[in-house]
Amino acid sequence: MNSALIVILLVLLLSIYLGVQARRGKTMNLEQWSTAGRSFGTLFVFLLSAGEIYTTFTFLGGSGWAYGKGGPTFYILWYGALAYILSYWLLPAIWRYAKQHNLLSQSDFFVAKYNSPALGVLVSLIGIIAMIPYLVTQLKGLGAIMQIASYGSISSTLAVWIGVIAVTIYVMASGVHGTAWTAVLKDGLVLVVVVFLGIYLPVHYYGGIGQMFHAIDQAKPGYLTLPAKGNSVYWFISTVLLTALGFYTWPHAFQAVYTAKNEQTFRRNAMVFPLYQLILLFVFFVGFAAILTVKPPLQGSAGDNSLLVLSVQTFPKWVVGLIGASGLLCAIVPGSLLLTTSATMISKNLYKVINPKASDESVSRLAHCLVPVVALIALYFTFNGQSIVALLLMGYSLVTQFFPAIVFSFMKRNPITKWGAIFGILAGELVVAYTTITSKTVGLLLPFMPQWVKDLNIGIVAMVVNLIVTFAVSAFTRSAGAQARSAVNA
Amino acid sequence: MGVKWLAALPFLALIVGMFFANRTEPYVLGMPFILFWTVLWVVLTSVIMFIVYRTDPVNRGGDRS
Repeated sequence: MNSALIVILLVLLLSIYLGVQARRGKTMNLEQWSTAGRSFGTLFVFLLSAGEIYTTFTFLGGSGWAYGKGGPTFYILWYGALAYILSYWLLPAIWRYAKQHNLLSQSDFFVAKYNSPALGVLVSLIGIIAMIPYLVTQLKGLGAIMQIASYGSISSTLAVWIGVIAVTIYVMASGVHGTAWTAVLKDGLVLVVVVFLGIYLPVHYYGGIGQMFHAIDQAKPGYLTLPAKGNSVYWFISTVLLTALGFYTWPHAFQAVYTAKNEQTFRRNAMVFPLYQLILLFVFFVGFAAILTVKPPLQGSAGDNSLLVLSVQTFPKWVVGLIGASGLLCAIVPGSLLLTTSATMISKNLYKVINPKASDESVSRLAHCLVPVVALIALYFTFNGQSIVALLLMGYSLVTQFFPAIVFSFMKRNPITKWGAIFGILAGELVVAYTTITSKTVGLLLPFMPQWVKDLNIGIVAMVVNLIVTFAVSAFTRSAGAQARSAVNA
Repeated sequence: MGVKWLAALPFLALIVGMFFANRTEPYVLGMPFILFWTVLWVVLTSVIMFIVYRTDPVNRGGDRS
């Protein structure tokens, strides 16, 4: 057993310990388990949302994009900042409503706002379809991290099993309490590791960050900016706007909002978060540092391993162990939140609708038991799914389609009806599913359009279709409803 | 017109600004200009939200739920 492996295993044991002890002194009913009884202060709410900033996608994907794509990577910093601006007004409103109506899941929100369990079922199904590939990417990332950081002594398959068992244990025991406690460990470790790597590697290999960028610009002109076609400025802007809208429409991010003790928390976090996410800058620096230093160059999706490969090439084993451990936590924390959220939605918004007589206790018990089931489904796709990247991108576009129905519901007079919301979401999802499965881009759908239209994120098209259908169906159902009412009164 | 409309500026910096900021020269703080522009607006977003927070009447009266 090498020293890297020992460090990783110690951190893993510590995270299980923290996760399980988090249940102390609480009766784990469904409200405690899924929303921590709405008791979290600023720090825990901050860390739960920070769980969104540093997942394996950002840890490996952020550096992987910098390594493989260059300039377009910067979109990640933009959409975060813009999402936090929206959060200042959006999250307190969601939280207030959730507290008044005692909501536990995102689907509960739609059920209450639109007075429609059917809409809740629809949103649950879409949410679960979107979250499974998200979970799978975390697990795949976990496998890759452990395999490289243990110098091959743990296979990626074994690593994924170990990680999943650890998460399942503490999620079943403590739910979102466990996630919050492991998030403390994770963000502490990630902060130190990422800032160190992002400064040390450019200085060590190039003499400084400025020298690094000059060297890359000389070796690959145009690599640090956006290209004229494809990932162009038009792609950049449309993708940033869409992903900013999608940031809090993820069911697990939405449900995490409910854990707060008061709404002040979100407004305070909205000031701090943009600065905090600048740590991603250091992740990018690592990816850029790898461009001219990793030999032989990594091809295609192997670029996601650039951070790890460069670290193994540069550091002693125990440092690699710390990097591996922080990567592991980057998978475990969001993974546990995804498990809690999907189990809550299946038991409360699917099972309880089919079986309305089920007691709160049996719904709660079912949620706990669903954790290993969802974990096993994710494991299946981790080992067998091929086109998972496509599915993840689809996941983002799928949840973004919830945005209009959420925002309109906060207007003084909601301009859309439940049928408008249902058909609008469905229409948007169909566009997303069709274009993803047939890998259509705007350019392929509309070849006669100018280049800038072709580069637009396909989600824009889905959102426009969603809005048109939402308003058309709302207008129709509203006037039909008014006619029915006047017929009754006559 | 409230102070809260300041929060629209970062959106403008993206939608209008990126057309001008998509370049490497001049380098600022060692970063190519496009990255500097991005970092600048992330920092300014924090500053703007700080101003909005301080001037927003809902945040007076302490930390009650």
